Amino acid sequence: MRSDEPMGGFADDALVPADGEHGAEAFMPTRRTVLVSAGAAAAVTVAAGKGAGGAAWASAAGDTRVRTVGAGESVEVALSVNGQRRTVTVEPRVTLLDALRERLGLTGTKKGCDRGECGACTVLVGGERIKSCLTLAVMRQGAEVTTVEGLASGDELHPVQEAFIRHDAFQCGGCTPGQIMSAVACIDEGHTGSDAEIREWMSGNLCRCAAYQNIVAAVQDAADAGKKVRR
Amino acid sequence: MDFLRPTTLDEALAAKAERPGAVPIAGGTDVMVELNFDHRRPEALLDLTGVGELAEWSRSSGSDGEIRLGAGVPYTRVITELGGRLPGLAMASRTVGSPQIRNRGTVGGNLGSASPAGDTHPVLLVTGARVEVASVRGTRLIPATEFYTGVKRNALAPDELVTAVHLPEATGPQQFAKVGTRNAMVIAVCSFALALDPDRAAARAAIGSAAPTPRRAVAAERFLAEELPWGTPGPLRDSLKRRFGELVAEATEPIDDVRGTAAYRRHALAVLARRTLTWAWNDQQERSPSCA
Repeated sequence: MRSDEPMGGFADDALVPADGEHGAEAFMPTRRTVLVSAGAAAAVTVAAGKGAGGAAWASAAGDTRVRTVGAGESVEVALSVNGQRRTVTVEPRVTLLDALRERLGLTGTKKGCDRGECGACTVLVGGERIKSCLTLAVMRQGAEVTTVEGLASGDELHPVQEAFIRHDAFQCGGCTPGQIMSAVACIDEGHTGSDAEIREWMSGNLCRCAAYQNIVAAVQDAADAGKKVRR
Repeated sequence: MDFLRPTTLDEALAAKAERPGAVPIAGGTDVMVELNFDHRRPEALLDLTGVGELAEWSRSSGSDGEIRLGAGVPYTRVITELGGRLPGLAMASRTVGSPQIRNRGTVGGNLGSASPAGDTHPVLLVTGARVEVASVRGTRLIPATEFYTGVKRNALAPDELVTAVHLPEATGPQQFAKVGTRNAMVIAVCSFALALDPDRAAARAAIGSAAPTPRRAVAAERFLAEELPWGTPGPLRDSLKRRFGELVAEATEPIDDVRGTAAYRRHALAVLARRTLTWAWNDQQERSPSCA
């Protein structure tokens, strides 16, 4: 169909620097972290101060040595969680989901399958819905994370939470935090034009009680309520 | 497991050269499953999400546009930003996982994993895509047809990373279809892509998840090139579509597994081939001024 044209220089075209979300600026220089007690079951870490470590990295200009966290070492990860600045010290292998649940005590986000299939662990990162079991905490350095705990303001529930209650959009509740986070994003993305569209765009969240009918109604209702508010 | 966090492509390539055993991770939708279930214990992870160069796409100047799609551009962006220029790739991208997965998963990751069931591979094969790979030794372009070397194996050298995919802009109808147990979150039982190039009276067809690697159905392509009534308005003969389906099925080398039997895959691919050919041909009829 198409023969191979010469590709001179094309490979180097338009290499654009990182934007904010993936930017390096937030990565803390914890390669300098030190294992204080080698024998201790829990690795105790001394996170390098931002200033000192940062200076060390800055001076390495032109050097292609890569920031590295060694096996068994911990790294300090700074996150904005539900609008609050939080810091967790974790080994690189810890998922964002485990960091939220087990280090920050935010157990609203559920672990269903731990393999990205069920959607129970859905959170918003930088406003986008992702599965928190499929990302390492250390990969989300500096990210803005919203969990189900961050939706309500005080005693006032988020419209999507209210709609889920109004429509009885759950039975056991195991999938509900993920469904709600996904619904918030689904509405925000504008994928609520019809029941079929909602089903399509909520397809990454499974409900073992099969409350789908009511979930779709709740999402539709919350989307309509949102439109009314905007008018 | 060491964790390496490069922030530039040069750093990433230097790290990969120094640690060829480091497993690259971008969207994480494949690698994280293996880690969470302890199916794999890599000596190191090479986190590419901090490398901004990988997260962009660009178009070559000139009328014969070619898209250079950075390996780290997520499917969601392929769909919203490149749906018009790369319709086949966008179609395949829409079938990947779920909205959450598409926000993170990348074509570069699909290539790195090189699963025979990866959704974008058949499209890359029919669009004449070339995979840009780089190492500290330099950059090379590998035609997609030479990239897949075995089940979950590809032509990358141990020190190389997938940096981009080069795809010509569509010059004719492109189609993609996939069979799974539901419409989301499925690994393909089988998949099929078709691209017609009316100007050259040529066609390309490729199958996924029905052989050790994604592969083109060359005899079926030749059949279409010779038998399609290029330039003649009207629907296609049923016999032609059926023969095309048979030839596609003959190009497969499927296995029985948990997702489906070999016989089912052969049958389903013949059906997908007929359907997508009908869609593509109708699409072509609508575009063609001769039948307006």
